[in-house]
Amino acid sequence: MRELSLNVLDIAENSVAANATLIEINIRAKSNILVIEVKDNGKGMTSEFLNRVTDPFTTTRTTRDVGMGLPLFKQAAELSGGRFQIDSQVGKGTNVYAEFQIDHLDRMPLGDIGETVSALIMTAPHIDYIFHYSVEDASFTLDTREVKETLDGIPIESIEVTAYLREFLKGNITETNGGIAL
Amino acid sequence: MKTLAELKAIRDRMQAQINTRESVDPASDIRVVVGMATCGIAAGARPVLSAFIDEVSRRNLTNVKVTQAGCLGMCKLEPMVEVFVPGQEKVTYIYVTEDAARQIVSEHIVNGNPVMKYVVGNE
Repeated sequence: MRELSLNVLDIAENSVAANATLIEINIRAKSNILVIEVKDNGKGMTSEFLNRVTDPFTTTRTTRDVGMGLPLFKQAAELSGGRFQIDSQVGKGTNVYAEFQIDHLDRMPLGDIGETVSALIMTAPHIDYIFHYSVEDASFTLDTREVKETLDGIPIESIEVTAYLREFLKGNITETNGGIAL
Repeated sequence: MKTLAELKAIRDRMQAQINTRESVDPASDIRVVVGMATCGIAAGARPVLSAFIDEVSRRNLTNVKVTQAGCLGMCKLEPMVEVFVPGQEKVTYIYVTEDAARQIVSEHIVNGNPVMKYVVGNE
């Protein structure tokens, strides 16, 4: 992975696979700390599975024995002087939390997080997403439940809508960044 | 900051068009499936997905659905894409780039000729 936003896409795909109906993605940058959080209300994990979930030789797949998504994300956080935490409860959901030291030499750039969010909306439109993005004191939120309400039956994955949402995300991320991309 | 106000205009415009689309049978839709597991994403699946969406929307191909799947099983050949045209055998593409995605839309989806140089087995 070359961008943290690709890790976010990968982690959120786990939430999709866990049958979540709501996925919350929080990106917060303040005082040299970048926080990335992916929360879902999917099926969750047992504490036994949770204990070994960041081991690359743990996976839910039955066709092979490796799963690199969470280990790679954990490594990216720890390499940049940050930390990684994952909490989960069966039937309640999972919360993945990672902290990064923004000015650390080994911190990967965030990359195009707007494209990650729109890729999720386009490919798993039945799920609702809350995307919250803040840099210092500037912030914005996209809640697809509001979008769907406004759309009144028009599918959120329609080409015209997704094109608009991509521009919406791109514009607001740039404005929130205030000149310096994460 | 941009707001969602403009969405209302998009909704109204689309609601006006929807009747013309209703007669189309969803079973006749062409499906493009992009592999989006860790392997696919690390190899560049996200920009490939965006390229498919862009090209399909630019050409206004309303009968094409772009979706995603998990790992398609051959991680070293990622990004992988499967194209399902109703009544035809599935075509599996490997090492797909953004350019390849645009080419697949114009040559395979629009003109009906699979882009052989990206088809699995032909590498």
